[in-house]
Amino acid sequence: MEILMSVVVGILFMSATYLMLSKSLLRIIVGTAILSHGAHLLILTMGGLKKGAAPLLGESGPYTDPLPQALILTAIVIAFGVTAFFLVLAYRAYQELGTDNMDKLRGTEGND
Amino acid sequence: MINFLILPILIPLITGVLLIFAAKHVMLQRWVAGLSAVLTVIVSVSLVQKVKTDGIQTLNLSNWDAPFGITLVSDMVSALLVLTTSVIVLACVIYSFRGIDENREKFYYYSAVNFLMVGVNGAFTTGDIFNLFVFFEVMLMSSYVLIVIGGTKIQLRESIKYLLVNVISSALFVIAVAYLYSVVGTLNMAHISARLSEISEMGQPGIITVIAVLFLIVFGLKGAIFPLFFWLPGSYYAPPAPVLALFGALLTKVGVYSIARTYTLFFYEDGGFIQQLLTILAVTTIIIGVIGAIAYWDIKKIVIYNIIVAVGAILFGISVMTPDSLTGSIFYLIHDMNIKASLFLLVGIVAAITGTSNLRKISGLIKRYPGLGWTFFIAALALSGIPPLSGFVGKLLIIKGGFESEHYWGAGIVLMSSLLVLFSIMKIFINGFWGTPRAYEGADKIPVKSMMTAPVILVAIAVFYGVGSEFVYPYISQAAETLANPSIYIEAVLKEY
Repeated sequence: MEILMSVVVGILFMSATYLMLSKSLLRIIVGTAILSHGAHLLILTMGGLKKGAAPLLGESGPYTDPLPQALILTAIVIAFGVTAFFLVLAYRAYQELGTDNMDKLRGTEGND
Repeated sequence: MINFLILPILIPLITGVLLIFAAKHVMLQRWVAGLSAVLTVIVSVSLVQKVKTDGIQTLNLSNWDAPFGITLVSDMVSALLVLTTSVIVLACVIYSFRGIDENREKFYYYSAVNFLMVGVNGAFTTGDIFNLFVFFEVMLMSSYVLIVIGGTKIQLRESIKYLLVNVISSALFVIAVAYLYSVVGTLNMAHISARLSEISEMGQPGIITVIAVLFLIVFGLKGAIFPLFFWLPGSYYAPPAPVLALFGALLTKVGVYSIARTYTLFFYEDGGFIQQLLTILAVTTIIIGVIGAIAYWDIKKIVIYNIIVAVGAILFGISVMTPDSLTGSIFYLIHDMNIKASLFLLVGIVAAITGTSNLRKISGLIKRYPGLGWTFFIAALALSGIPPLSGFVGKLLIIKGGFESEHYWGAGIVLMSSLLVLFSIMKIFINGFWGTPRAYEGADKIPVKSMMTAPVILVAIAVFYGVGSEFVYPYISQAAETLANPSIYIEAVLKEY
């Protein structure tokens, strides 16, 4: 199961990198969203995948580590917030600058 | 008071929330923001004294014992950095009363500054690696707001790049934490250190080196070390002066602090590869930064590249890892936060008077503004480490540590860099302040005298910090002791170890 998850994470990172290398701002934002999803799945995988037990220490029998879920929950909330901000920023920048092509967003202020 | 160390995080947090409701009342906002900044400074001064007398302070949130819950740890390093942060935020808030336009103030500027302070103070105080990530995000979120607030074209364009770089580095941070968690099974930094040294006794596995390099990439992106500084000159150029001062003084230094913390606490046993990598990167950072600083003819760009030089010098001291060099690094770190803030504020005043930051269009400022000229001169001398001002002691200790541990090349380059930094900053002085005075449009409307308050305070602190280094030294050496012996930190956090 861990192997399968690792492959999934790898595919997510791969597509995220591909998207983030493109010129369109919207594709870049989708790329960052996918990248953070990959990172979250990686936490889950690295914490060890177990099933069928309660996260209670002290009872007899097996128990599941609840920490990776807690970490992912925090990280997902943060990623949502940042993605929302990024989308708004991209829209505002598109309105103001009239382009969403990263090639045209270069700047050379103060470089003389 | 056991909850004392959380106050520098809590006060700005509450202030930031309250200020959101008072967004349209500019005077009220100024008063509240100023008062809370003063209060934070008072609290952090007493925190430093508390740590000095009673040793490392820890707070287990919700009474979960150390390795299980989130722990806040305030040792001397973090207490001093929290104090410096509070002072700088106070200075920038005072400067903002005059130095930033009212439109920005109405759009939650002071709230964002306060939240930035929450993030920075939190990152300095926390003792939990995932909590460090969360505080990083708090800090970054408010820095996104600060960099884009005002919405001019250059700000929008540069903030997209800034945001993208930081989103990627945050993802890498999560990945690094995930790997670390799979190896050690804990998130408490003291506990991680204890577990890692148990693992290292059986021989260093490759995965720890991988984690160390990942952390270096993450914190290096924040702290702008050699291959990862590319975003900094463009992004920092965009926002107005007080925001630039906050960024230049605080954000990169959080990255540097995190490298210092993780590399002295987690990866100190691996003396070979990691340490060498850090040394090489630090020295290259200095060289690149110096080249940038002397190449440009723009005041902002010159000072921005000086941030990179300073980061390199501090990291060189950390990578050498002798007690002397660590003391020097902390000394220099605090000095640099202080002096960069004052320099950026002064540059902001120059830009406000002349309406440009291009050095070729400025000259003769010292004739009409002698106070500004002399303050800038003292700040420039302090930056390049002329004794008895504040840069000198730190750099001396870093170089001493470098020579003691036979890093002759590195120490020599740190030494050379001071000269070139002096050259770069004197270039501003000679071209901008000397020469024939010019008339600038609208210069009479700028309230230079009241804007000068904040940078003068900071420069006065810099002078005191250098001249009174006898008085400051015990605090710094106590801080360096915790960095040099991780066992002190571990014992303070995990009582039974």
